[in-house]
Amino acid sequence: MKVKSLPTGRIFLSFLLLVGLSGCSVEPWVKPYDRGHLADPIMELDADVVSTSYMQHVFEAREGTRGGEGVVGGGCGCN
Amino acid sequence: MIIRRSLVTGILLTMVGHVDAGVLPEDRADILYHLYDGGGVEIDGPSILVRKKLGTSVSIVGNYYVDMVSSASIDVITTASPYTEERKQWSLGMDYLRGASTIRFNYTSSTESDYDAETISFSVSQDLFGDMTTLTLGYALADDKIGRSDDPTFERHLDKQVYSIGLTQILTKNLITTLNFETITDEGYMNNPYRSVRYFDSGSAVGYSFEPELYPNTRTSNALGIRARYFLPYRAAIEGRYRFFTDTWNIEGHTFSLSYIHPWRQWTFTGKFRYHDQTGADFYSDLFARSEATNFRGRDKELSPLTSYTFKLKAAYEFLSDDGNDWGFVKRGTVTASIDRLHIDYHEFSDLTALGTIGNEPLYKLDADIFQLFFSFWY
Repeated sequence: MKVKSLPTGRIFLSFLLLVGLSGCSVEPWVKPYDRGHLADPIMELDADVVSTSYMQHVFEAREGTRGGEGVVGGGCGCN
Repeated sequence: MIIRRSLVTGILLTMVGHVDAGVLPEDRADILYHLYDGGGVEIDGPSILVRKKLGTSVSIVGNYYVDMVSSASIDVITTASPYTEERKQWSLGMDYLRGASTIRFNYTSSTESDYDAETISFSVSQDLFGDMTTLTLGYALADDKIGRSDDPTFERHLDKQVYSIGLTQILTKNLITTLNFETITDEGYMNNPYRSVRYFDSGSAVGYSFEPELYPNTRTSNALGIRARYFLPYRAAIEGRYRFFTDTWNIEGHTFSLSYIHPWRQWTFTGKFRYHDQTGADFYSDLFARSEATNFRGRDKELSPLTSYTFKLKAAYEFLSDDGNDWGFVKRGTVTASIDRLHIDYHEFSDLTALGTIGNEPLYKLDADIFQLFFSFWY
Protein backbone atom coordinates (compact mmCIF):
# COMPACT_ATOMS: atom_id res chain seq x y z
CA MET A 1 0.00 0.00 0.00
CA LYS A 2 1.40 3.37 -0.95
CA VAL A 3 1.57 5.80 1.94
CA LYS A 4 1.22 9.45 0.97
CA SER A 5 3.81 11.59 2.73
CA LEU A 6 2.74 14.70 4.59
CA PRO A 7 3.37 18.00 2.73
CA THR A 8 5.68 19.22 5.51
CA GLY A 9 6.91 22.23 3.49
CA ARG A 10 3.34 23.53 3.03
CA ILE A 11 2.49 22.89 6.66
CA PHE A 12 5.60 24.81 7.73
CA LEU A 13 4.82 27.74 5.41
CA SER A 14 1.20 27.80 6.57
CA PHE A 15 2.41 27.87 10.15
CA LEU A 16 4.81 30.74 9.39
CA LEU A 17 2.04 32.64 7.59
CA LEU A 18 -0.31 32.11 10.52
CA VAL A 19 2.31 33.30 13.00
CA GLY A 20 3.23 36.24 10.78
CA LEU A 21 -0.32 37.44 10.22
CA SER A 22 -1.25 36.93 13.83
CA GLY A 23 1.66 39.21 14.84
CA CYS A 24 -0.71 42.17 14.85
CA SER A 25 -3.36 40.44 16.91
CA VAL A 26 -1.56 38.21 19.46
CA GLU A 27 -2.07 39.60 22.92
CA PRO A 28 0.98 39.15 25.16
CA TRP A 29 -0.10 36.67 27.82
CA VAL A 30 2.60 37.94 30.19
CA LYS A 31 1.74 41.62 30.60
CA PRO A 32 4.52 44.21 30.99
CA TYR A 33 3.44 44.80 34.61
CA ASP A 34 3.88 41.06 35.28
CA ARG A 35 7.54 41.00 34.23
CA GLY A 36 9.12 42.14 37.50
CA HIS A 37 10.80 38.78 38.10
CA LEU A 38 12.09 38.63 34.52
CA ALA A 39 13.59 42.12 34.91
CA ASP A 40 15.56 41.05 37.99
CA PRO A 41 19.34 41.10 37.22
CA ILE A 42 19.60 37.40 38.15
CA MET A 43 17.34 36.63 35.16
CA GLU A 44 19.60 38.42 32.65
CA LEU A 45 20.69 35.68 30.23
CA ASP A 46 24.07 37.07 29.16
CA ALA A 47 24.87 39.44 31.99
CA ASP A 48 28.67 39.27 31.54
CA VAL A 49 29.42 39.18 27.82
CA VAL A 50 33.20 39.40 28.27
CA SER A 51 33.27 36.39 30.57
CA THR A 52 30.80 34.38 28.46
CA SER A 53 32.82 34.98 25.26
CA TYR A 54 36.00 33.94 27.03
CA MET A 55 34.54 30.65 28.30
CA GLN A 56 33.07 29.93 24.87
CA HIS A 57 36.54 30.43 23.37
CA VAL A 58 38.04 28.01 25.95
CA PHE A 59 35.51 25.27 25.17
CA GLU A 60 35.85 25.72 21.39
CA ALA A 61 39.62 25.29 21.72
CA ARG A 62 39.39 22.16 23.93
CA GLU A 63 36.46 20.36 22.30
CA GLY A 64 35.56 19.50 18.71
CA THR A 65 32.18 21.25 18.68
CA ARG A 66 31.13 24.86 18.14
CA GLY A 67 28.20 27.21 17.62
CA GLY A 68 24.60 27.27 18.75
CA GLU A 69 25.30 29.68 21.57
CA GLY A 70 25.06 33.06 19.90
CA VAL A 71 28.53 34.70 20.04
CA VAL A 72 31.06 34.62 17.19
CA GLY A 73 34.77 34.49 18.13
CA GLY A 74 37.93 34.90 16.11
CA GLY A 75 41.43 33.51 15.88
CA CYS A 76 42.78 30.23 17.08
CA GLY A 77 44.89 30.23 20.27
CA CYS A 78 44.13 26.56 20.50
CA ASN A 79 47.41 24.64 20.51
CA MET B 1 11.01 27.85 -5.57
CA ILE B 2 11.05 31.60 -6.25
CA ILE B 3 7.42 31.82 -5.11
CA ARG B 4 8.29 29.92 -1.95
CA ARG B 5 11.24 32.24 -1.18
CA SER B 6 9.06 35.30 -1.78
CA LEU B 7 6.44 33.85 0.52
CA VAL B 8 8.92 33.28 3.33
CA THR B 9 10.30 36.80 2.85
CA GLY B 10 6.79 38.21 2.90
CA ILE B 11 5.95 36.34 6.08
CA LEU B 12 9.11 37.59 7.78
CA LEU B 13 8.32 41.15 6.68
CA THR B 14 4.81 40.73 8.07
CA MET B 15 6.31 39.67 11.37
CA VAL B 16 8.79 42.55 11.30
CA GLY B 17 5.96 44.95 10.51
CA HIS B 18 4.44 44.49 13.97
CA VAL B 19 5.65 47.40 16.09
CA ASP B 20 7.06 46.93 19.59
CA ALA B 21 9.73 48.88 21.44
CA GLY B 22 13.34 47.68 21.55
CA VAL B 23 16.07 48.78 23.91
CA LEU B 24 19.78 49.38 23.46
CA PRO B 25 22.30 47.64 25.75
CA GLU B 26 23.35 49.56 28.88
CA ASP B 27 26.48 51.75 28.89
CA ARG B 28 29.09 49.60 30.56
CA ALA B 29 32.81 48.89 30.91
CA ASP B 30 34.46 45.59 31.91
CA ILE B 31 38.09 44.94 32.80
CA LEU B 32 38.81 41.22 33.01
CA TYR B 33 41.87 39.11 33.80
CA HIS B 34 41.74 35.47 32.70
CA LEU B 35 44.01 32.54 33.45
CA TYR B 36 43.87 29.00 32.04
CA ASP B 37 46.22 26.51 33.64
CA GLY B 38 46.17 22.83 32.77
CA GLY B 39 47.74 20.04 30.72
CA GLY B 40 51.10 21.85 30.56
CA VAL B 41 49.50 24.96 29.06
CA GLU B 42 49.22 28.33 30.74
CA ILE B 43 47.26 31.11 29.00
CA ASP B 44 46.51 34.43 30.63
CA GLY B 45 45.81 38.03 29.72
CA PRO B 46 43.32 40.88 29.90
CA SER B 47 40.04 41.57 28.17
CA ILE B 48 38.65 45.11 28.19
CA LEU B 49 35.22 46.03 26.90
CA VAL B 50 33.64 49.48 26.68
CA ARG B 51 30.10 50.15 25.49
CA LYS B 52 28.52 53.60 25.06
CA LYS B 53 25.29 54.96 23.63
CA LEU B 54 25.45 57.77 21.10
CA GLY B 55 22.06 59.49 21.22
CA THR B 56 18.96 57.35 21.55
CA SER B 57 19.37 54.92 18.67
CA VAL B 58 23.07 53.99 18.44
CA SER B 59 25.35 52.10 20.82
CA ILE B 60 29.00 51.38 20.05
CA VAL B 61 31.18 48.74 21.63
CA GLY B 62 34.91 48.02 21.60
CA ASN B 63 36.83 45.07 22.98
CA TYR B 64 40.55 44.38 23.37
CA TYR B 65 41.62 40.86 24.33
CA VAL B 66 45.02 39.20 24.80
CA ASP B 67 46.07 35.54 25.19
CA MET B 68 49.64 35.06 26.42
CA VAL B 69 50.36 31.38 25.82
CA SER B 70 53.08 29.24 27.34
CA SER B 71 52.66 25.72 26.02
CA ALA B 72 54.21 22.38 26.85
CA SER B 73 51.03 20.43 26.13
CA ILE B 74 50.97 16.68 25.50
CA ASP B 75 50.90 17.30 21.70
CA VAL B 76 53.84 19.67 21.91
CA ILE B 77 56.11 17.57 24.12
CA THR B 78 55.38 14.42 22.06
CA THR B 79 56.33 15.80 18.65
CA ALA B 80 57.72 19.34 19.01
CA SER B 81 59.26 21.81 21.50
CA PRO B 82 57.59 23.97 24.15
CA TYR B 83 56.86 27.50 22.96
CA THR B 84 55.47 30.85 24.00
CA GLU B 85 53.02 32.86 21.90
CA GLU B 86 50.83 35.92 22.12
CA ARG B 87 47.45 36.47 20.48
CA LYS B 88 45.89 39.93 20.37
CA GLN B 89 42.31 40.52 19.34
CA TRP B 90 40.31 43.68 19.04
CA SER B 91 36.79 44.30 17.87
CA LEU B 92 34.49 47.20 17.13
CA GLY B 93 30.73 46.98 16.91
CA MET B 94 27.64 49.08 16.55
CA ASP B 95 23.98 48.52 17.48
CA TYR B 96 21.39 50.59 15.67
CA LEU B 97 17.88 50.64 17.15
CA ARG B 98 14.88 51.58 15.07
CA GLY B 99 11.51 50.92 16.66
CA ALA B 100 11.48 47.28 17.66
CA SER B 101 14.37 46.33 15.35
CA THR B 102 18.05 46.29 16.25
CA ILE B 103 20.73 46.00 13.58
CA ARG B 104 24.24 45.03 14.70
CA PHE B 105 27.56 45.21 12.89
CA ASN B 106 30.83 43.92 14.25
CA TYR B 107 34.42 43.71 13.02
CA THR B 108 37.00 41.54 14.80
CA SER B 109 40.70 41.23 14.09
CA SER B 110 42.98 38.67 15.72
CA THR B 111 46.75 38.42 15.22
CA GLU B 112 49.40 35.90 16.23
CA SER B 113 52.89 35.41 14.81
CA ASP B 114 51.56 32.56 12.63
CA TYR B 115 47.77 33.06 12.50
CA ASP B 116 45.72 36.12 11.48
CA ALA B 117 41.94 36.22 11.44
CA GLU B 118 39.40 38.84 10.41
CA THR B 119 35.66 38.50 11.01
CA ILE B 120 32.76 40.70 10.01
CA SER B 121 29.32 39.97 11.35
CA PHE B 122 25.85 41.37 10.88
CA SER B 123 22.57 40.59 12.61
CA VAL B 124 19.00 41.86 12.78
CA SER B 125 16.76 41.42 15.85
CA GLN B 126 13.06 42.06 15.99
CA ASP B 127 10.88 42.23 19.11
CA LEU B 128 7.43 40.77 18.55
CA PHE B 129 4.16 40.09 20.34
CA GLY B 130 4.38 42.79 23.00
CA ASP B 131 8.13 42.22 23.48
CA MET B 132 7.55 38.61 24.55
CA THR B 133 9.48 37.28 21.57
CA THR B 134 12.76 38.34 19.99
CA LEU B 135 13.77 36.89 16.65
CA THR B 136 17.40 37.30 15.51
CA LEU B 137 18.94 36.48 12.14
CA GLY B 138 22.72 36.64 11.86
CA TYR B 139 25.52 36.20 9.36
CA ALA B 140 29.30 36.30 9.81
CA LEU B 141 32.19 35.95 7.40
CA ALA B 142 35.73 35.15 8.56
CA ASP B 143 38.98 35.11 6.61
CA ASP B 144 41.91 33.40 8.34
CA LYS B 145 45.54 33.37 7.21
CA ILE B 146 47.69 30.54 8.55
CA GLY B 147 51.48 30.59 8.60
CA ARG B 148 54.36 28.63 10.13
CA SER B 149 56.85 30.14 12.53
CA ASP B 150 59.68 28.04 11.02
CA ASP B 151 58.81 28.72 7.37
CA PRO B 152 58.13 32.32 6.30
CA THR B 153 57.03 31.16 2.82
CA PHE B 154 54.20 29.00 4.21
CA GLU B 155 50.79 30.62 3.79
CA ARG B 156 47.35 29.01 3.73
CA HIS B 157 43.83 30.43 3.93
CA LEU B 158 40.59 29.46 5.58
CA ASP B 159 37.19 31.03 4.87
CA LYS B 160 34.38 30.61 7.32
CA GLN B 161 30.70 31.59 7.08
CA VAL B 162 28.23 31.51 9.95
CA TYR B 163 24.45 31.55 9.53
CA SER B 164 22.39 31.82 12.69
CA ILE B 165 18.82 32.18 13.78
CA GLY B 166 17.80 32.76 17.38
CA LEU B 167 14.53 33.04 19.23
CA THR B 168 14.10 34.37 22.77
CA GLN B 169 10.68 33.73 24.25
CA ILE B 170 9.06 34.75 27.53
CA LEU B 171 6.81 31.83 28.41
CA THR B 172 5.51 32.77 31.85
CA LYS B 173 6.18 35.61 34.30
CA ASN B 174 8.95 33.39 35.79
CA LEU B 175 10.32 31.59 32.73
CA ILE B 176 12.37 32.77 29.77
CA THR B 177 13.69 30.47 27.03
CA THR B 178 15.95 30.70 24.00
CA LEU B 179 16.42 28.60 20.90
CA ASN B 180 19.49 29.04 18.68
CA PHE B 181 20.38 27.32 15.45
CA GLU B 182 23.73 27.90 13.79
CA THR B 183 25.28 26.55 10.61
CA ILE B 184 29.00 27.10 10.08
CA THR B 185 30.82 26.31 6.83
CA ASP B 186 34.61 26.21 6.47
CA GLU B 187 36.60 26.05 3.30
CA GLY B 188 40.39 25.98 3.22
CA TYR B 189 43.24 24.89 5.46
CA MET B 190 42.05 23.48 8.77
CA ASN B 191 45.12 21.48 9.81
CA ASN B 192 47.34 22.59 12.56
CA PRO B 193 50.60 22.85 10.56
CA TYR B 194 52.69 21.65 13.53
CA ARG B 195 50.74 18.56 14.48
CA SER B 196 51.39 15.00 13.39
CA VAL B 197 49.66 11.64 13.28
CA ARG B 198 51.15 8.42 14.60
CA TYR B 199 51.46 5.21 12.56
CA PHE B 200 52.90 1.71 13.01
CA ASP B 201 56.51 1.58 11.84
CA SER B 202 58.41 -1.64 12.42
CA GLY B 203 61.63 0.11 11.42
CA SER B 204 61.38 2.47 14.37
CA ALA B 205 62.85 1.53 17.79
CA VAL B 206 59.57 2.42 19.57
CA GLY B 207 57.42 0.71 16.94
CA TYR B 208 55.80 3.85 15.56
CA SER B 209 56.65 7.09 13.73
CA PHE B 210 54.93 10.42 13.03
CA GLU B 211 53.94 12.19 9.81
CA PRO B 212 52.07 15.48 9.18
CA GLU B 213 48.32 15.36 9.63
CA LEU B 214 46.05 16.03 6.64
CA TYR B 215 42.52 17.36 7.08
CA PRO B 216 39.70 17.69 4.54
CA ASN B 217 39.39 21.19 3.05
CA THR B 218 35.73 21.59 3.89
CA ARG B 219 33.59 21.27 6.98
CA THR B 220 29.95 22.13 7.65
CA SER B 221 28.50 21.97 11.13
CA ASN B 222 25.04 22.45 12.59
CA ALA B 223 24.34 23.25 16.22
CA LEU B 224 21.00 23.58 17.96
CA GLY B 225 20.96 25.07 21.44
CA ILE B 226 18.04 25.44 23.84
CA ARG B 227 18.08 27.22 27.16
CA ALA B 228 15.56 27.97 29.90
CA ARG B 229 15.91 30.12 33.03
CA TYR B 230 13.36 30.04 35.81
CA PHE B 231 12.83 32.51 38.67
CA LEU B 232 12.43 30.65 41.97
CA PRO B 233 9.91 31.91 44.56
CA TYR B 234 12.56 32.94 47.12
CA ARG B 235 14.49 35.15 44.63
CA ALA B 236 16.99 32.83 43.04
CA ALA B 237 17.24 31.43 39.51
CA ILE B 238 17.90 28.06 37.94
CA GLU B 239 18.98 27.52 34.34
CA GLY B 240 19.19 24.46 32.13
CA ARG B 241 20.88 24.25 28.74
CA TYR B 242 21.28 21.65 26.05
CA ARG B 243 23.11 21.74 22.73
CA PHE B 244 23.13 19.18 19.96
CA PHE B 245 25.99 19.34 17.47
CA THR B 246 26.69 17.47 14.25
CA ASP B 247 29.08 18.03 11.35
CA THR B 248 30.32 16.58 8.06
CA TRP B 249 33.39 15.13 9.84
CA ASN B 250 30.97 12.84 11.65
CA ILE B 251 31.42 14.45 15.05
CA GLU B 252 28.24 14.38 17.08
CA GLY B 253 28.11 16.19 20.39
CA HIS B 254 25.70 16.60 23.30
CA THR B 255 26.28 19.34 25.88
CA PHE B 256 24.18 19.82 29.02
CA SER B 257 24.53 22.35 31.81
CA LEU B 258 22.68 23.28 34.95
CA SER B 259 23.23 26.57 36.83
CA TYR B 260 21.95 27.95 40.08
CA ILE B 261 22.09 31.71 40.83
CA HIS B 262 21.55 32.96 44.37
CA PRO B 263 21.70 36.64 45.43
CA TRP B 264 22.43 37.53 49.05
CA ARG B 265 22.68 41.20 50.10
CA GLN B 266 25.29 42.79 47.77
CA TRP B 267 26.50 39.37 46.64
CA THR B 268 25.41 37.10 43.79
CA PHE B 269 26.65 33.50 43.87
CA THR B 270 26.53 31.14 40.90
CA GLY B 271 27.21 27.42 40.74
CA LYS B 272 27.26 25.53 37.47
CA PHE B 273 27.88 22.03 36.19
CA ARG B 274 28.51 21.39 32.49
CA TYR B 275 28.72 17.99 30.80
CA HIS B 276 29.91 17.46 27.23
CA ASP B 277 30.21 14.25 25.24
CA GLN B 278 31.25 13.86 21.60
CA THR B 279 32.12 11.20 19.07
CA GLY B 280 35.36 11.46 17.08
CA ALA B 281 35.98 12.69 13.55
CA ASP B 282 35.87 9.89 11.00
CA PHE B 283 39.48 10.58 9.88
CA TYR B 284 40.79 10.58 13.46
CA SER B 285 42.97 7.76 14.73
CA ASP B 286 45.31 7.45 17.68
CA LEU B 287 47.48 5.03 15.70
CA PHE B 288 47.23 4.52 11.93
CA ALA B 289 48.06 1.11 10.45
CA ARG B 290 50.80 2.52 8.19
CA SER B 291 52.13 5.71 6.67
CA GLU B 292 49.52 7.56 4.54
CA ALA B 293 46.99 4.88 5.46
CA THR B 294 43.96 7.06 4.63
CA ASN B 295 43.20 10.06 2.40
CA PHE B 296 42.68 12.29 5.44
CA ARG B 297 44.21 11.76 8.86
CA GLY B 298 44.33 13.59 12.13
CA ARG B 299 45.36 12.96 15.73
CA ASP B 300 44.23 16.21 17.36
CA LYS B 301 42.87 15.18 20.73
CA GLU B 302 39.96 17.62 20.28
CA LEU B 303 38.76 15.40 17.40
CA SER B 304 38.93 12.24 19.51
CA PRO B 305 35.81 10.89 21.19
CA LEU B 306 35.83 12.60 24.59
CA THR B 307 33.77 13.48 27.63
CA SER B 308 34.32 16.67 29.62
CA TYR B 309 33.03 17.84 33.00
CA THR B 310 33.19 21.44 34.22
CA PHE B 311 32.35 22.71 37.70
CA LYS B 312 32.01 26.46 38.15
CA LEU B 313 31.81 28.66 41.22
CA LYS B 314 31.34 32.39 40.80
CA ALA B 315 30.83 35.26 43.25
CA ALA B 316 29.97 38.86 42.33
CA TYR B 317 29.99 41.72 44.81
CA GLU B 318 28.28 45.06 44.15
CA PHE B 319 30.52 47.67 45.77
CA LEU B 320 28.73 50.61 44.20
CA SER B 321 24.96 50.74 43.86
CA ASP B 322 22.89 53.14 41.77
CA ASP B 323 20.70 54.33 44.66
CA GLY B 324 22.93 57.32 45.36
CA ASN B 325 26.75 57.43 45.34
CA ASP B 326 29.45 60.04 44.85
CA TRP B 327 31.37 58.41 42.01
CA GLY B 328 30.34 61.08 39.50
CA PHE B 329 29.08 59.63 36.25
CA VAL B 330 29.57 56.00 37.41
CA LYS B 331 26.23 54.63 38.59
CA ARG B 332 27.07 51.10 39.60
CA GLY B 333 30.12 48.86 40.06
CA THR B 334 30.72 45.15 40.69
CA VAL B 335 33.71 42.90 41.12
CA THR B 336 33.41 39.24 40.10
CA ALA B 337 35.68 36.24 40.64
CA SER B 338 35.09 32.80 39.19
CA ILE B 339 36.85 29.48 38.98
CA ASP B 340 36.05 26.63 36.58
CA ARG B 341 37.50 23.17 37.06
CA LEU B 342 37.63 21.35 33.70
CA HIS B 343 38.25 17.61 33.42
CA ILE B 344 38.44 15.83 30.05
CA ASP B 345 38.56 12.08 29.48
CA TYR B 346 39.84 11.29 25.99
CA HIS B 347 38.51 7.92 24.88
CA GLU B 348 40.96 7.31 21.99
CA PHE B 349 43.97 9.53 22.65
CA SER B 350 46.93 7.83 24.31
CA ASP B 351 49.38 9.42 26.68
CA LEU B 352 52.69 8.66 24.94
CA THR B 353 54.69 10.01 27.87
CA ALA B 354 53.47 7.08 29.99
CA LEU B 355 54.87 3.55 29.76
CA GLY B 356 52.93 0.97 27.79
CA THR B 357 53.28 -1.37 24.85
CA ILE B 358 52.48 0.16 21.48
CA GLY B 359 48.75 0.64 21.10
CA ASN B 360 48.18 -0.07 24.79
CA GLU B 361 49.42 3.15 26.35
CA PRO B 362 47.09 4.62 28.99
CA LEU B 363 44.50 7.11 27.75
CA TYR B 364 45.23 10.77 28.31
CA LYS B 365 43.22 12.86 30.81
CA LEU B 366 43.27 16.61 31.17
CA ASP B 367 42.64 18.70 34.27
CA ALA B 368 42.58 22.48 34.00
CA ASP B 369 41.69 25.41 36.24
CA ILE B 370 40.19 28.48 34.62
CA PHE B 371 40.25 31.62 36.72
CA GLN B 372 38.58 34.97 35.97
CA LEU B 373 38.57 38.24 37.89
CA PHE B 374 36.74 41.27 36.52
CA PHE B 375 35.45 44.70 37.41
CA SER B 376 32.29 46.04 35.77
CA PHE B 377 31.07 49.63 35.76
CA TRP B 378 27.75 51.03 34.54
CA TYR B 379 27.53 54.75 33.70
